[in-house]
Amino acid sequence: MTAASSDLVTLVLGIFGVLIVASVVGYILERRLTTNGPNAAVENLNARIRAWWAMVILIGLAFIAGRVGVLVLFAFCSFAALREFITLIYTRRADHWALASAFFLVLPIQYYLLWAEEYGIFSIFIPVYAFLLMPIISVLRGDTERFLLRVAEVQWALMICVFCVSHVPALLTLDIPGYEGRNVLLIAFLVIVVQLSDVLQYVWGKLFGRTRIAPKLSPSKTVEGFVGGVASATLIGAALWWITPFTPLQAGLMSFIITLMGFLGGLVMSAIKRDRGVKDWGQLIEGHGGLIDRLDSVVFSAPIFFHIVRYWWSLS
Amino acid sequence: MKIRMKALVAKVAAAAFVLFARAITAVRAIWPEEGLPAKPCVYFANHSSHGDFVLIWAVLPPRLRHRTRPVAGAEYWLKSHTNAFIGRDVFNAVLIEREREKRTQDPIALMVSAIDAGSSLILFPEGTRNQTEERLLPFKSGIFHLVDQRPEVDLVPVWINNLNRVMPKGEIVPIPLICTVTFGSALRVAPGEDKEAFLERMRAALLALAPKPAGSGE
Repeated sequence: MTAASSDLVTLVLGIFGVLIVASVVGYILERRLTTNGPNAAVENLNARIRAWWAMVILIGLAFIAGRVGVLVLFAFCSFAALREFITLIYTRRADHWALASAFFLVLPIQYYLLWAEEYGIFSIFIPVYAFLLMPIISVLRGDTERFLLRVAEVQWALMICVFCVSHVPALLTLDIPGYEGRNVLLIAFLVIVVQLSDVLQYVWGKLFGRTRIAPKLSPSKTVEGFVGGVASATLIGAALWWITPFTPLQAGLMSFIITLMGFLGGLVMSAIKRDRGVKDWGQLIEGHGGLIDRLDSVVFSAPIFFHIVRYWWSLS
Repeated sequence: MKIRMKALVAKVAAAAFVLFARAITAVRAIWPEEGLPAKPCVYFANHSSHGDFVLIWAVLPPRLRHRTRPVAGAEYWLKSHTNAFIGRDVFNAVLIEREREKRTQDPIALMVSAIDAGSSLILFPEGTRNQTEERLLPFKSGIFHLVDQRPEVDLVPVWINNLNRVMPKGEIVPIPLICTVTFGSALRVAPGEDKEAFLERMRAALLALAPKPAGSGE
């Protein structure tokens, strides 16, 4: 067994351990708190834990399948996220071909470029080429009704759901001396730290949350949850330094940056939901809502994490 | 042997339609608290796309799906061999002639006999696909004549949301968007209820299921 795969096995066993503890706690809460009828909070907690099992197993399988497995998994995430996003935006008949190209042209090309490791064009394809192409396709039908709003929303959807999401598997393309063949662990690091931060913010908030941090955006986010969640996720991230090319201090700093970006990303995506008058992006993941509800923090942290690692650690 | 083969292809095609519809629309059903009627009933829905009945079909539990037949216009579904295969063999549609002059069989009698044979029906009382800005067109009177003959049949309103954006008329490539299919509580015709009042009551019950238009930006 190589060092990378033995680290991965240790990591997966650790995550399974955490999930087993979570499932046992969930079971005990259900036995204790549901004696006088069902308790919505506990039901939701257990649905979330079950969904976590499914998500961890799915990501684990993608890791086993290697580079192509990871690319396919995140391409699917982009597809499902884009579908949730475009469902909620204002579109007109005239946008039909622009939307079709977003799904069936832009998305596959972005992931193809990643597969081909064409970093130059990968990094500007959506911000430049899709940005210019989409409004051209829409304008050909001659419908000017709220035109700027329509093209801006489609571009936003592509940036969030395809461009940003594709920066998670893009970590595989980095060439870090002394870290060869272990890049998949960088994805694990990013996803674990950011998602743990979400979970810990939720747990700290449920236990000690008093002061709401952004009442207009998200009624459930509290100052106590934010501080406790970010601090504990940063510490856990530092403790995970052994799966990264970072020193413990660097790993902690990285964790702090990505959890902060994750938190702020969550706020931005909440604002969009409020604007659209919905509570969740969709119903794909039981207990969590839509895929974007689960992915929002990763979306905002992935490009930043990618660029920092690329600039200071990678040769490519 | 040939008939068996055809039935097998029809079965595979039906599964493929359902899979495709699910992959594109991630369709989710919202059921009434009391569930769907166990006896044969009439699902009546808003109509904006050829895919409407596929979506209802896809979300129905298999045991109900197998005995549910869409009611569709014969002139479209018999237009070509492919259409006829899809309409008749895959979805087992009750095909009715919409134009009075061309009728050889009474559409109401066809629907009544399908119900008597234990089937449920999917009916689009607007009579045609809604291409207007209106959310729901006025109902045709067919559904009234049907319950006039079978007043004990349950009528289940079904609102299909967003499918018109997935594939507007004249487009060939579907846009993946999330669709929902909302089933309402079963209704029946009231004794002595007149046609206009009944149609208006059914139409209101269906409209009541429609969510606020998603992404309308309003």
